[in-house]
Order: sequence, then structure tokens, then C-alpha cells
Amino acid sequence: MTPLLIAQIGLTLFVFFMLLNSAAIMVYVERKVAALLQQRLGPYLVGPKGLLQPLADVIKLMFKEELRPKAADWFLFALAPIISAACAFAAFAVVPFGAQTTFFGLLKEPIKLQVADVNVAVLVIFAIASMSVYGIVLAGWSSNSKYSLLGGLRSSAQMISYELSYGLALASVLIIGNSLSLTDIVNGQSGYWFHVIPRWFIFLQPVGFLIYLTAGVAETNRAPFDFPEAEQELVAGYHTEYSSMSFAMFFLAEYINMVTVSAVATNLFLGGWHGPFLPEYLGWIWFLIKVAALLFFYVWMRWTLPRYRYDQLMTFGWKILLPLAVINLLVTAAGVLYFGV
Amino acid sequence: MTLFYLFGAVAVIASLLVIAQRNPIYSVLLLIAAFGALSGLYVLLDAPFVAVIQIIVYAGAIMVLFLFVVMLLNAPHEETEHDEKVHPLRRPGPMRFGAALAVALVVELLWALTRDGGEPAAFEAPAVSSVRTIGHVLFTDYAFAFEVTSLLIIAAMVGAVVLAKRDSHSGGASAPPM
Amino acid sequence: MPTLNDYLILSAILFAIGTAGVFVRRNLITILLSIEIMLNAVNLSFVAFGRSLGSPNGQIIVFFVMTVAAAEAAVGLAIVIGLFRHRESLNPDSFTSLKW
Repeated sequence: MTPLLIAQIGLTLFVFFMLLNSAAIMVYVERKVAALLQQRLGPYLVGPKGLLQPLADVIKLMFKEELRPKAADWFLFALAPIISAACAFAAFAVVPFGAQTTFFGLLKEPIKLQVADVNVAVLVIFAIASMSVYGIVLAGWSSNSKYSLLGGLRSSAQMISYELSYGLALASVLIIGNSLSLTDIVNGQSGYWFHVIPRWFIFLQPVGFLIYLTAGVAETNRAPFDFPEAEQELVAGYHTEYSSMSFAMFFLAEYINMVTVSAVATNLFLGGWHGPFLPEYLGWIWFLIKVAALLFFYVWMRWTLPRYRYDQLMTFGWKILLPLAVINLLVTAAGVLYFGV
Repeated sequence: MTLFYLFGAVAVIASLLVIAQRNPIYSVLLLIAAFGALSGLYVLLDAPFVAVIQIIVYAGAIMVLFLFVVMLLNAPHEETEHDEKVHPLRRPGPMRFGAALAVALVVELLWALTRDGGEPAAFEAPAVSSVRTIGHVLFTDYAFAFEVTSLLIIAAMVGAVVLAKRDSHSGGASAPPM
Repeated sequence: MPTLNDYLILSAILFAIGTAGVFVRRNLITILLSIEIMLNAVNLSFVAFGRSLGSPNGQIIVFFVMTVAAAEAAVGLAIVIGLFRHRESLNPDSFTSLKW
């Protein structure tokens, strides 16, 4: 039980705990920001300024009856939310959120603030994102109801279509970042040009950043790409038949996927934990600020834009976003070759 | 070594269950589990790139395709005309041949591999397996094969779309609309 | 430490399971799945040999095998869909109209 092992286990538990908290915070932020955007008050009764609203929501969800339709395939029905939630948590395992630290000298050697430093981290995130399609497909199928099946199939078709643009946007960053490890990519963004502009990749890859965010929003099934869960169309899509904690797991998976996409976007394009005015070991504060900005952007988009119809969504994914991502990749490769960045 | 046995056991058991299951959806899910175990084996063989690509391509794309087709066709459970209690080696026709062939294959390969022909080849010094090396070799020595692969994929895409398209003149049943 | 032989034995077992699946099962989709098992067994031996010889060629061939497997699965499933539309059955024994 060396101190390093204890620190590592503690870090893992800490990340898990913070992800759960972030889902709860996102529930509150979403409702409050939505309310303020729509010029109403939002939750304000439970706790000061409604801050205990997520707690009330969780308690309500826990006490609801756990329904299971009789015609549903019980094993797959129970497995689907587990797959969704597990993949959502697993994707965050390779995301670094701070510089190396020795916890003020308690450890002999610094550990990275990352649960697992894999040298193919970017690919691992992509792999786990493609595994999370199964949670939705199985949920749609095993519920044995037409709304669920249609919602599940549409949602998974959408996710696999936007995975291509997601991957190509990642590839464009890899060409500039020169490494598949997220820690190396972030460390490549330290420093400034002309002492003023930070060396973030968003300045080198603005189109890539937009493609990545759009594909990320579509991957997490959030508005304006949330046709499969639209209440007006498909009752609730693939999670129609779920209630209580299984529904909570889908919800949890969705919010944590949002957090992961924002965190990866921060690491790839916005410089991760590097920022002015703060010493290196407090870099995680900058990381939190940047992730929070991206999450606000997510919520803002949801309550501002109307949703895409399904065929418009698929047309956009295949005929507009994918060629744009390919052209972006080619231009990036040409630029790197020519300028030798 | 225990990791090797663990992943190996999961792969073998999952594959056995794939061919023994009646319900095709369970077969697909078990095969995904087998691919996961194989991916672990690739990591043990110092090939992290292949391991992740296995998950992305096989478990994440090809199996989704299989799952879609199974759901689209509402694939029925397979019924056999034979009583399930009849041992596979006694069922007539290709089943008997297949089961016998599989047993013969395993016995023969095990014999060939465990013969005392020399010491078992242990793995040498760490292999070159970084993505950078693979990319370099892929785009220089195997560049032609790489380009031909893109043609192959286009041909497969066009073929799949054409073959699965519903013709307007067919009198047979069509798949349920999406 | 597992030796090369251990990996090859595992690959042989998986290949045999796949072969048995192709012959024994009477469901077109399961037959295609058994073919995928065989391809994966071959991939495993390629990577094992590549590792034991210290060359990246094993992994590169695996890359190509995966691509080919993806293309073949896509076309195979399209054919299965077409066949299903005709006979409403996935049993290969029901497609016997060309037999003498």
C-alpha cells in the first residue's frame, strides 16, 4: 500500500464522485439557465435559490416504482442503462484535468491528474463513444414498443453517422498535436505567441473546433439534434418504458457524456489547464472554467435553437458536416506540411 | 499470465456461446464480449493501436451493423427439425460433418503446436509498436494497399446499398419501414 | 509469461469454433458471425507473430484484414436482407430452388 497506490485509488474515486456531482449540478444549471433565458424564475423553492433541487429530483426518482413491461426482454432491458452509464463514466477515465502534482510534496514522484495515462487516449475516447451506441439500441429493442424501437434505431443511426465527423475532427487535431496522448497534446498548447495569444489549437483549427462541437452535440443526442427523444414526436424515444433509477441512469449518462465531450474539447482545442495568472498546480481551476463555459454553451444551444427534423439531421451529418471535416483534414495536413508547424 | 488466461477463457467461452445461442441478438452481444476479450489480448501483446481499432471497428461498427440487421429483419429464433437432445455428431448431413471437422481441427492443431520440436518461442525484446511506426510503414511500404482499401470500401458501400434497396416491382414482403 | 505457442493454441481453438459454427448453425446471421470469429482468430495469430518477430507488419496486416472483414460483413448482410425479403426465412435450407 504505497502512498502512490493510495493516491491513485483516491484519484479514481474522486473523479467518479465529481462526475456524479457534475451531473447533479448540470441538472440544476440546465433548469435555471433555461428559466433565465425564457424570462422566468426556474427552481427557487427548494433550498436557497433552488440549489437543493437536484437532491429533490434524485430522491423523487429513487422512490418511483421501477416498472418493467411484461413483454420486454428482461435481461437486455436491465442491461441497456448499465451500458450507457458505464461507457459514459469510462470515457472520462483517460481525460487529464490538471498538471502533474505531488500534492504539496506528500508523494515522492508526481502523479498525473488523470485516472489512466494511455498513450492512445484519443482513440480510447472514440472507442468508448462508439460503444455507447449499444445502450441506446438495446434500450429501444428490449422495450418491445414501437416508440422505443423507432427512437432507438433513429438515435443510434444518428450517433454512428456523426461519429465519422467526430473522428475526422480528432484526426485534424492529431496532425497538429503530433501525439495521441491527451497529456502531450495539452502540453503542446502551453506558452504564448507574441506573449499575448495563448498557443491554443483553436486558433489553428477554428473549423475543426466547430465540427468537433457539432458532432459532439449530435453524439450526445442533445438539441438541436435530439429528435429521437423529442417529446412531441416519439413520446420519449428509447427511454419511454423506463422509470425510476433506470431512467436516472440514462439521464446520468447523457449529462456525463456532455461533460466528457466538453472536457475533451477543452483539452484538444482550448489548452486544457493552461491559463494566465495562476501557477501550474492550480491549473485545474482554469480547466473547470473552460469546461463550464462549454457546458453553458451546450445548455444555451438547447434552449435557443429549434430542433432538426430527422431527415434534415441526417442530411446535415452526411452531406455537409462530413465533407467539411474531410476538407478540414486536408487543409490542415497541407498547412502542416507547408508551414512545418 | 493470469490476464492471458482470463481473456482467453472469456474469448473461448463467449465464442462457444455465440454458436450455441438460439436468439441472434444474444449471439451478437456475446460476440461483442469476445471482441472485448481479444482486445485485451492485443494489449497484452503490446499492440495498443490494434486493440483500440478492434473496439472501434469490430465492436463499435460491424457489430452495430449486425444488430441493426437482426432488429430490422426481426430475426426469428432458429428452429431445428431435429430434436435438441440428439448429439451434434449424430445429426445427419452438414452438421455432423461440421462438428466432426471442428473436433478434428482442434485435435490436430493442438498436436502440432505442442510437439516437442524445440523450445516454445518466447517473446523477444519489446516490439516496435508505436502508432508512429505503424503509420510510417503503412504509408510508405503499404501505401498501394492502403489506397486500394479505400476503393474496396467504396465498392462495398455501393454494393450494400444496391443489394439492400427495395425494388418497386418486387411482389415479396418488404422489411418494415424505418 | 505466455509464449507464442499459447497464443497460437488460442487462435486455433477460436478458429475451430468459428468453423463449427459455420457448419452447425442454420441461421444465416449466425453463420456470418462465425465467419467473423474465424477472421478474429487469424488476426490474433498475426499480431502474435508480429510481436514475436518484433516487426510492425503483423499489426498492419490486421488493419487490412479488419477493413476487408467490414466490407464483407456489409455486403453479406445486404445479401441476407435481400434473401429475407424473398423467403421470409433465415434458414439456409429454405434457399434450395437451384438444387437438382
